[in-house]
Amino acid sequence: MTSPHPILSILGVAIVALSIAAFLIWVERRLLALWQDRYGPNRVGPFGLLQVAADSIKIFMKEDWIPPFVDRPVFILAPAIVFVTVLMSFAVLPVAPGIIVSDLSVGLLFFLAMSSLGVYSVVLAGWSSNNKYALLGGLRAAAQMLSYEVFMGLSLMGVVLLAGTFSLPAIVEAQRTIWFVIPQFPGFVLFLIAGLAETRRIPFDLPEAESELVAGYHSEYSGMKFGMFFVGEYMGVSLISAMISVLFFGGWLGPVLPGVVWFFLKMFSFIAFFVLVRAALPRPRFDQLMSWGWKVMLPLALINLLATGAAVLAWR
Amino acid sequence: MELAFYIAGAVAVLSTVLMLTRLHLVHALLYLIVSLLGVAVVFYVLGAAFVAALEIIIYAGAIMVLFIFVVMMLNLSGPAAEMEKRWLTPGIWTGPVVLASILIIEVLYLVRGSSTGIAGGGVEPKQVGIALFGPYIIGVELASMLLLAGLVGAYHLGHRKVEKPEIQHDADTHEGRAVAGGDLVLAGADRSARTP
Repeated sequence: MTSPHPILSILGVAIVALSIAAFLIWVERRLLALWQDRYGPNRVGPFGLLQVAADSIKIFMKEDWIPPFVDRPVFILAPAIVFVTVLMSFAVLPVAPGIIVSDLSVGLLFFLAMSSLGVYSVVLAGWSSNNKYALLGGLRAAAQMLSYEVFMGLSLMGVVLLAGTFSLPAIVEAQRTIWFVIPQFPGFVLFLIAGLAETRRIPFDLPEAESELVAGYHSEYSGMKFGMFFVGEYMGVSLISAMISVLFFGGWLGPVLPGVVWFFLKMFSFIAFFVLVRAALPRPRFDQLMSWGWKVMLPLALINLLATGAAVLAWR
Repeated sequence: MELAFYIAGAVAVLSTVLMLTRLHLVHALLYLIVSLLGVAVVFYVLGAAFVAALEIIIYAGAIMVLFIFVVMMLNLSGPAAEMEKRWLTPGIWTGPVVLASILIIEVLYLVRGSSTGIAGGGVEPKQVGIALFGPYIIGVELASMLLLAGLVGAYHLGHRKVEKPEIQHDADTHEGRAVAGGDLVLAGADRSARTP
């Protein structure tokens, strides 16, 4: 089943996703400022809303310099990959009943597949830059995202067990009686942490840790190529927030207000949570990050899956 | 759908050929990833959406990342490309190419009559699961035993390297801190003093 106007809905989803990502740059700066007792950008336009426009004009005007020592084709390809994979994931995201680009029977797996392909952008950017800090950032990104992907998939299998399907609209419909955050609370926490790691947000931003690696994998990027990484990160944040609301908080389901409003309300509250995490937490050491992923999160995800499987088997 | 099948198949074959002929290791790996994505699309068009998704998650998304990870650490750009160049002389590849073409012609001859077209109905993930854990349970168990053996082997190989006395890294535990002198700075100094 697809929506009646495929081209229209593809364009619509892409444009909305991009504008939310651009808007998030302003939202994040304002919220961070609020939590740190400052004002943040409030000069350009009402409440500083046009700051995004000013920033994007500036970034488009900047010189887009490709250093002579880089591996040219891969260097140019890398920022495109992050964009393409995140935008592809939005294709299976159900915003409201019928508002979805493609209702795949394996929608959830498609999301996981695209997020696992997203690793390439960071890894290849780090490698092609021919710069040791960028390479270290790329190595860290590869190790981190590979480890956190493992239990990201496992943490979602509890939801799949309860809903009995990989299709995202069907998962939302299965939450009519109870949101999956209640029976699947461990799964929710695990997915939240894995999502933070996949978007390389602050407690997990070791691939670009500016205090030790200059800017990590995107040290050599400038102009709009850097802008693609930047906006790609915010698109990743909105994607993970949207996925959390779809998988654990009933997506468009909610009383009184129309479904789309509920969806965006839930999504934006998780985006705000992501910003709060950035304001509150320092980054760990890299070996702590890896042992945390493999020794704590993976066993917990397996136990959660085992317990959910046993419960479903017993009660059905 | 039929057109999508042929396009994806052509992309997969072409990128595999390009993968074989690239001198640069990372570029070759990138073509291999494209080839795997092409194969995934072929699976999807044939109705096996679940296999297509797994193909991307496991092969393109996990195994190939590990390949690139290793290649990145080895940093083999200049000399390795020279070596590849020497391996790609016609004297080396003509023999295998002739033999492989004989096989391809044979296969084409055999499947020429049995064209059933592209299957219409898709295979749902649930059906795959029921088949795997029903009639094919022995295969699943054998594969899991093989993977377990691989896991134990990898653990064994990796374990012997870290047996030399070294300070525990995780500073969360009290023991680690005690050994390191209760201070992260000290831990760094101590470590560099101990390991030559």
